[in-house]
Amino acid sequence: MAEALAPLLSLRGLTRRFGGLTAVDGIDLDLAKGGLVSIIGPNGAGKTTLFNLVTGLDRPDGGTVSFEGQDITGLSPERLAAQGIARTFQLGRVFGNLSVMDNVLIGAHTRLRAVKPAVPVIGPLLELGLALLRPSSVKAEEERLREDVKAILARFGERLLPRIDQPAYSLSYANRRRVEIARALALKPRLLLLDEPTAGMNPSETAEMQALVAELKAEGLTILLIEHKLEMVMQLSDRVIVMDEGKKIAEGPGGQVRGDPKVIEAYLGHGLSGTAEQESAA
Amino acid sequence: MSSWLDYTINGLIVGNVYALVAVGLALIFGVSRLINFAQGSIYLVGAYIGWVAVVQLHTPLPLTIIVVAVVAAVVGLIIERFGLRPLQNSVRIAPLLATIGISFVLDQLVMLTFSPNPRALPSQLPDVRFQVGGGTIGPLDLLIAGVGISSALLLFVFLRYTKLGWAVRAASQDRDAAMQMGVDVNRVNQTVFGIAAALGGVSGLLVGMYYNQIDTAMSLQATLKGVVAEVVGGAGNVPGAVIGSMLLGLVESYGVAVFGTSYRNLFAFLLLVVVLVLRPNGLFASARQAPPEPLTGTFIAPSRPVRIPRWALAVAIVALAILPLLPVSFYILQTLINAWLLGMLALSLTLVAGTIGQVSLGHAALLAIGAYTSALLSLTLNVPVGLAIMAGGLMSAALGTILISPSFRLRGHYVSIATLAIGEIVSLVILNWESVTRGPIGISGIPPLSLFGYDLISPASVYWFAFAVMVVLALLQARLLGSHLGRCFRAIRDDDIAARAYGLSLNRYKSLAFIFGGFAAGVSGGIAAHLYSYINHETFNTQQSILALTVVILGGLGNVVGAILGAVALVGLPEVFRIAAEYRILIYGIVLLLLVRFRPQGLLGTI
Repeated sequence: MAEALAPLLSLRGLTRRFGGLTAVDGIDLDLAKGGLVSIIGPNGAGKTTLFNLVTGLDRPDGGTVSFEGQDITGLSPERLAAQGIARTFQLGRVFGNLSVMDNVLIGAHTRLRAVKPAVPVIGPLLELGLALLRPSSVKAEEERLREDVKAILARFGERLLPRIDQPAYSLSYANRRRVEIARALALKPRLLLLDEPTAGMNPSETAEMQALVAELKAEGLTILLIEHKLEMVMQLSDRVIVMDEGKKIAEGPGGQVRGDPKVIEAYLGHGLSGTAEQESAA
Repeated sequence: MSSWLDYTINGLIVGNVYALVAVGLALIFGVSRLINFAQGSIYLVGAYIGWVAVVQLHTPLPLTIIVVAVVAAVVGLIIERFGLRPLQNSVRIAPLLATIGISFVLDQLVMLTFSPNPRALPSQLPDVRFQVGGGTIGPLDLLIAGVGISSALLLFVFLRYTKLGWAVRAASQDRDAAMQMGVDVNRVNQTVFGIAAALGGVSGLLVGMYYNQIDTAMSLQATLKGVVAEVVGGAGNVPGAVIGSMLLGLVESYGVAVFGTSYRNLFAFLLLVVVLVLRPNGLFASARQAPPEPLTGTFIAPSRPVRIPRWALAVAIVALAILPLLPVSFYILQTLINAWLLGMLALSLTLVAGTIGQVSLGHAALLAIGAYTSALLSLTLNVPVGLAIMAGGLMSAALGTILISPSFRLRGHYVSIATLAIGEIVSLVILNWESVTRGPIGISGIPPLSLFGYDLISPASVYWFAFAVMVVLALLQARLLGSHLGRCFRAIRDDDIAARAYGLSLNRYKSLAFIFGGFAAGVSGGIAAHLYSYINHETFNTQQSILALTVVILGGLGNVVGAILGAVALVGLPEVFRIAAEYRILIYGIVLLLLVRFRPQGLLGTI
């Protein structure tokens, strides 16, 4: 539907090599505002490396990333977060010793205004001073963000709200994934990258997660999704991109990609060809 | 011209010695991703075993070398088996702290056995010099070069052509995969620690003979030099460590040639900082590394802090405040004054090491900056003492943060190395910058503490002053931890990659933590200067940094109340039990080891 507009995210010839291995090999991708594109492919196909390149955790050896028409290739992750790009991590990177509330509040960090005056040079010192003095504007902002966090956690029903003050290390695996997504939502992202949000979840938890992602999409959020559970991918995606050994081997609507012989070969033939590599930057 | 050849030969010989230490460090790092801070202690043990063999037992040279290698290897095996293996599955900070603790325990044991006085370690070779080109070379130079080169060759053959050597290489490439393929990783670790320790011990022996003198201060120097050489060559890279060692030897030797002996270490540490900043993976690392794997588990032990009710804290503050009014002895007040000063340092370190996860080993340098600033301002510019102490805190905050900033992009062990080196640089600058710091003479006649024109002479007034300052700093720090900054600091500690992905700038927040922590440490140093009335470059030394670290671990990382409780415990308990001063460092080291092993979250828990 929104394909006619200029894409929100656009990758051109994105490439990343590790020694002799080309983890991401000339990937082109367009993601329209409000769209949901899924990236699938066998382990080691380069999906997570692609995410790292888009979010600034890794720098590409070639190609460009543009966001809303601006070249953002190689910008630092901090800058990209400030631009509204949020992600979750494949293996789950919550802040273990922080409470659920604090974890999600970190997600809202780029939205802090009152406590982080945009003054050059002495800005950090002002931030320290304001944090210690805590004038009413700072308190009000913190309070507002805490309310926001509770509203976000409420999306996960009774999964997280009762555990809001518990440290994240004490949560179940599935709940840590939820905290990660809540943290990403707290950034109020314009682009959300989800790296296997349902990894390690049972079928009912997966269904819950799928409903949440569908809801986010319906609200107009632009999403790039890495997922192994094909059922979920088929139902959610506007378009599916299949990667294998760093290359895009197929692209199109879910149903079409699913029947593509190259895709079947990549999934089934991979183990036999003996070239399977560890996912280099998992 | 001829002297340049001499300096080159000297640089290469010293480089050979460093190589023996650095290769051991590289092997250990390769297999267990651990920088063994105890390597210098093994070197020290080697030197003293050598002394016993040569002077007491009159062993011939080949036998001396064998005895030293065997004893040192046994020490290495003991360290691996009892110090590190139990920590295999614990948080990443644990083995780092353990090797620091082991190093202090070993150094102190050697010092208690042999006394800290230097001893002569006679070379067992004839004292002749051969003319080589324009320079000269002696048999000991040749022996050192021979031992260095043959060890490197033996190691190469071992790693390349023996089954155990393959296992070592496999384990260093991928420990988990090696384990799954049936490699006995414990055996590999033992082998590596044994070899590393034997090389380290022999190196200590050779250096002792080279300078014909050994003393207990050798240990820290050797660790630092070995680590510098290893990091320059690329951590875990054995050939890199050899080349790094030669480079370090040459840089030092030429530096000494141009600027004089007292600058030797300065060049070593500047080389380290430059390499860490420009090429943190070493000179020979392949261009850009894959981004690090997500780390399972956190850097510090997860725990739930003990919650102390506010009224209890208020009662404690009041009780401690009225203490001087009660009939308590001068001795108790004096002890508590020391505890409050250490408490301020611990507050600083618990923020830096605990809250934001930068385990600093050079924290005493912040004391020194504060102390010198305050002392010099009050002495030379007649600044009132109260203001001078404040200025000392600010200077420590500013200068400390600037000095430490090259380490902001480093992680874990590297931060500790960098801070250790930066701490040494500060102490060397104080020693050498005579026009400002009065060099080795130190500063005497520092005016006593005073406030608004009133001298604080009585023990009670000094007590109140130190206690009040500490309480204010603690309250401020507690308030900081409750703000968004506390949250940001702890997030960076737990996972800096995820923190960056959510817009947290590491430079910004690490700077803020060091600014706040630097102020507290600087104030502590400033007060100490006016209390002691005399300071020099050794007043604030690495032992204090380690003591502060033990306090912080004891109290619970990041825990404000814990830092103060830990300071009282570690200053007070030795007094209560009347433990002689020379045993205290030993006890601190043992306490650190026991804590890491049995209660990593400390008394009050990590925050």
